[in-house]
Amino acid sequence: MHIVVCTKQTPDSAAKLTVDAAGNVSWGDSPIVINPWDEYAVEEALLIKERLGGNARVTVISMGPEAALEALKHAIAMGADEGIRIWDPIFEGSDTLATSYVLAKAIEKMGDVDLVLFGKSAIDSQTGQIPVEVAYRLGFSPLTYVIKIAELDPAGKTIIAERLLEQGRQVVKAPLPAVVGTIKGINEPRYPSFMGIRKATRAQYPVWSATDIGADPAKVGAAGSGVRWTRIFSPPTREGKAEIIQAETVEETVRILVDKLMAEKVI
Amino acid sequence: MDFSLTPEHEMVVRMVRDFAEKEVAPYIKEYDRAHKPFVRAIERMAELGIMGICIPVRYGGQGMDYISLGLACEELERVDTFLRVVMSVHVGLNSLGLLQWGTEEQKQRFLVPQARGERWAAFGLTEPGAGSDVAAMAATARREGDSYILNGEKMWISLASMAHNFLVFARTDPKAPPHQGITAFIVERETKGITTGDIHGKLGVRAGSTGWIAMNDVEVPAENRLGEEGEGFKIAMSCLDNGRYTIGAGATGLIRACLEASAKYAHERRTFGRPIAEHQLVQQMIARMRRDYEIGRLLYLRAGWLKNQGIRNTWQTSLAKWFATEASFAAASDAIQIHGAYGYSDEYDVERFLRNAKGACIYEGTSQIHELIQAQYVLGYRQDRPLRCELPAYDPEEWQREA
Repeated sequence: MHIVVCTKQTPDSAAKLTVDAAGNVSWGDSPIVINPWDEYAVEEALLIKERLGGNARVTVISMGPEAALEALKHAIAMGADEGIRIWDPIFEGSDTLATSYVLAKAIEKMGDVDLVLFGKSAIDSQTGQIPVEVAYRLGFSPLTYVIKIAELDPAGKTIIAERLLEQGRQVVKAPLPAVVGTIKGINEPRYPSFMGIRKATRAQYPVWSATDIGADPAKVGAAGSGVRWTRIFSPPTREGKAEIIQAETVEETVRILVDKLMAEKVI
Repeated sequence: MDFSLTPEHEMVVRMVRDFAEKEVAPYIKEYDRAHKPFVRAIERMAELGIMGICIPVRYGGQGMDYISLGLACEELERVDTFLRVVMSVHVGLNSLGLLQWGTEEQKQRFLVPQARGERWAAFGLTEPGAGSDVAAMAATARREGDSYILNGEKMWISLASMAHNFLVFARTDPKAPPHQGITAFIVERETKGITTGDIHGKLGVRAGSTGWIAMNDVEVPAENRLGEEGEGFKIAMSCLDNGRYTIGAGATGLIRACLEASAKYAHERRTFGRPIAEHQLVQQMIARMRRDYEIGRLLYLRAGWLKNQGIRNTWQTSLAKWFATEASFAAASDAIQIHGAYGYSDEYDVERFLRNAKGACIYEGTSQIHELIQAQYVLGYRQDRPLRCELPAYDPEEWQREA
């Protein structure tokens, strides 16, 4: 079974984003890390691989410039088998439509992919659109908000997944290949191991260009994007007041909290 | 000269930081307040391989270098000192001692399970009446056939009540001067005659474990002797070269914790109509923390680099330890000052930082001992002599060899 995990690099979640008058976004000198939601997808791929023994391999891909290596390295250090960076200068300025096209072309090139895993969304742009777009382009079963992969049958080519929706849990069965969007709670991502760290820093990360994946230049980058940015600005700072409830016992603290929440009509 | 860390080092830093922030930081206050050893955190460090970080793979370790050990200690003590103390005794004072002085058989028997984190290790040098003054050591070891009989008491021993293996020092020749009459032994907890206990009422490091070891006619097989008879003093001093390294690196992390907490609070807290960060005297304290953090880091990284090269580093490590521990105490004190009355309560971390900082100015050579060491090297009263066994230089291929 060949599992592909799509990752991207993002600024650290503690980064302070600023936007200047011209609309340029900066996160200062914050380190670039693997998108935290993607760690759940990598972990899930590794858990599946461990369950299937030697009959699975995990490839991590990321569309992005040199900085995307951080995401790939982290995934390899966690235990993924191989990392491929998909990049070409003409990819610059891609929105989700163009990005999903590039990722789908790369997955298509691999030819033997049974399962594609994604994090819920990227913490920088937070669109969450890519998994469904990639599934649509490849004709794979789209399964989003997955909290549990209940069954995976590589021979029968089926997957049973539990989706966490606002209305409750939905159990769905779908044919493979499938695209799965994972969410927090599906697992607890492992830390990179020291052996994995060594492997990650020594691994070769091939770069696939637009030509390598057979991408049509008209469908990538700004040219292939549907989104137009009219203005970029910082949202107003949220003003709020914090109150710390202190009581003698936990029970008393909870009682006061519940009273306040009810008074505010929150619950 | 290259001041940059390798990508491997950077990933080690991130991994250890993630662990400490996720699994220790949210709970540390609770354990510290309750004077309760945070055992689960030590178990996790063992599972993650942190307790064998710089031990060669064929001895059960992770095969990283000595700089990685320092970086890990900085990250651990940035969250709490007890985590670094575990590294100091388990890795610095004990496991690296076995790596340097142990026979192949001793390494297989004792170092492998220690590096894997299956058996925890402590270091028994200090006694109720003998700290810096090693010559006052009263514990004895008497040879009887193929064994030694150990008697005496060790005090202020980190992990005393938790460790499985102890590296214990005792006099084999009471008449000889200490640098000739002391011998080192690997003693397992299960050995008859060993009792241990905890010391209560400590100022700091309350989530850790500090205690005593009593030895009453403890029979230790001769094959558990580390090094030659009478070589114990040299072994102890070389172990301290590694223990002190972890302390210097850790104390540097403590300065960073003070700096981060202070900078954050200085932006939040307003007095006289503006954030206190804008007051010059607050800036002065923050500038000093920054200065000391950078000096501490350069000093310990140089010591780590010397270890990687296989070059003796006694005075450089002593300097790193002396400087960073004193500076961490000053930084913690200033951090409380910046936090004002809030810093005086345990609502914030900085009061814990101050309590935790003091111990390291005392153990593994008081600050005064380190001052003397520095002067004595400069004045020519002290010089390094080659040892029978030197700490091996870091060789990535050798360290990562499976067998």
